[in-house]
Amino acid sequence: MRSVAEPTLQVTDLRTHFFTRAGLVRAVDGVSFTVGRGEIVGIVGESGSGKSVTGFSIMGLIDSPGRVVGGRIAFRGKDLVALAEEDMRKLRGNRISMIFQDANTALNPVIRVDTQLIEAVRAHRGVSVDEARGIAIEGLKLVGIPAPEKRMKSYPHEFSGGMRQRLAIALAFVNQPDLIIADEPTTALDVSIQAQILHETQKLCRERGTSLVWITHDLTVVAGLADHICVMYAGRLVESGPVDDILDNPQHPYTCGLIGSIPSVNSRKKRLFQIPGTAPPLLALKEDCAFRERCPRASKTCAKAPPESKLGPRRMVRCFHPGSDGDDRHPAPAGRRAGTLPQ
Amino acid sequence: MTIFLVRRLMHSIVVLLVMSFVVFAGVFAIGNPVDSLINPESTQEEKERAIEQLGLDRPLLEQYFVFLKNVARGELGTSFVHNRPAIKLILERLPATLELTVAALLFAIVLGVPLGLVAGLNPDTLIGRGILSSSILFFSLPTFWVGLMLIMVFSVDMNWLPTTGRGETVDLWGFKASFLTLDGLRHLALPAVNLGLYPLALMIRLTASGTQETLPQEYIKFARAKGLSPTRIIFLHLLKNIMIPIVTVVGLQFSVLLAFAVVTESIFAWPGMGRLIIDSINLLDRPVIVAYLLVTVIVFLLVNFLVDIVYSTLDPRVRLSGL
Repeated sequence: MRSVAEPTLQVTDLRTHFFTRAGLVRAVDGVSFTVGRGEIVGIVGESGSGKSVTGFSIMGLIDSPGRVVGGRIAFRGKDLVALAEEDMRKLRGNRISMIFQDANTALNPVIRVDTQLIEAVRAHRGVSVDEARGIAIEGLKLVGIPAPEKRMKSYPHEFSGGMRQRLAIALAFVNQPDLIIADEPTTALDVSIQAQILHETQKLCRERGTSLVWITHDLTVVAGLADHICVMYAGRLVESGPVDDILDNPQHPYTCGLIGSIPSVNSRKKRLFQIPGTAPPLLALKEDCAFRERCPRASKTCAKAPPESKLGPRRMVRCFHPGSDGDDRHPAPAGRRAGTLPQ
Repeated sequence: MTIFLVRRLMHSIVVLLVMSFVVFAGVFAIGNPVDSLINPESTQEEKERAIEQLGLDRPLLEQYFVFLKNVARGELGTSFVHNRPAIKLILERLPATLELTVAALLFAIVLGVPLGLVAGLNPDTLIGRGILSSSILFFSLPTFWVGLMLIMVFSVDMNWLPTTGRGETVDLWGFKASFLTLDGLRHLALPAVNLGLYPLALMIRLTASGTQETLPQEYIKFARAKGLSPTRIIFLHLLKNIMIPIVTVVGLQFSVLLAFAVVTESIFAWPGMGRLIIDSINLLDRPVIVAYLLVTVIVFLLVNFLVDIVYSTLDPRVRLSGL
């Protein structure tokens, strides 16, 4: 039996690189985090920060020219990086499943919904088609799809956007996995539908003790959902910790910027804060701190890559100048803020 | 479905009408069939009698309306040359050509789709590249040359397969069929391969490019994320998506092969429509030409109709009423 303390997922120093013609892209470069049993971890970052690649690395779905070149992905103590493809296939969709960003493109457009659900069940359980159909209908009921018996005979395009994402969530839960990786599954949805989906996914995870890794670019989404937050920037974790601590007491200037740019009731009529500049192209990464160009606290020290500083048992920041003071939101010396609007 | 059928039927009638007039006028413009039909030694009187008898002295439009009236009664006219109903001549030979065309297409599909899959799934391997390069060869080699080479190798040198005719045939619903006897199959093999080489190349290229376009799709990745076996992903999720362009091209090719079977039929002395139509064009045997084209267009229309039906079963987003 596995011990109670053993986490569902422990990622250690994960490195996923892409060997493109233009050069080496370090999409994920030394990411470590832990997901406990039944825990919800949010990975936050902007486009190109490596958050989705992290998710696909865990699933073992990194395609050429990409490759997991280093690190360990321990799922219930078993290292997935070293696992043979056939063994990995038996885990995928079974013990670890994934919800894709856009259910519209993730569901096969020319195959009926029941076929797509039943095959997911039968790929991992030795049940008859009828039994699998029953399990699938239960799954659809669980995510709140009305008249599931009837809807089973439909094709994906006959569902609305929200229903289609529910379908994808039903597919993720159908084999009662230990871990679900959700790659921005609410990005393509209306805000009201988004809230429903968030709420229901959270509820399902809590009820079943399923661990969840929720990948998003939207800090507000994970603020209400996750127990633990990892902030990614340019392929690295820049800060991680319990959700309350990150939100109340952010240490990394990037996290501070993210929190500062959330509109709130108090900041009405003031110009919304924005982080200047854009994320660096991953091809051009140098040995300095990747956030340096955009950072109000940058100094000469930042020409080196900052090390990880442990602030607590599961609290980390990667910065030479950590701190949660509000100074970052004040105008910086002229020149540094080029590209942003005056405040 | 009913709307689709009615609309399609009306389209077809219009197409047939327009086509018949174009052909009628075209053949009329080429020349007077009498010149080649009547003994040059015959007198002027005999000549005029023959022209009158065939109705060739009347103006074009009148001849066309007489023709239409006859068509409405189910008569497509009598061959000037053979002195038998044109449609009968055509229908006698249609089964042989159909058999050859279907055999060639089957050869192309049964071989082309798997080869295309292999090439599409392994584009950077020797096998994948070899398949794609050889498909270029099949595209470019002229049919008559390949036909002669096939005869040289398989009939003359190796003495495996016969060179001419349909061989032993069996009656099937009143038509003769070669593919039901071993001897017939042996006769069918070379012409079918010869005619099927071009569509084979098409199938290979189409399947390979379809595979490579479909592989990076999200739903393929999602199918892998569900933990499905590679076999199921390839043969259900991938293949069903690339069937649509394949069916389209099969439909088009069927019609093209039907018309272009002429060369192959000539080389292998296959008793199909091809030879008949070539002779008829030479002698300006208008009823036969028109009847041949009408039959061909009807087959075109039927095939397109079937293709549309197959579309709607392959891709649920296709609505028949919208076609």
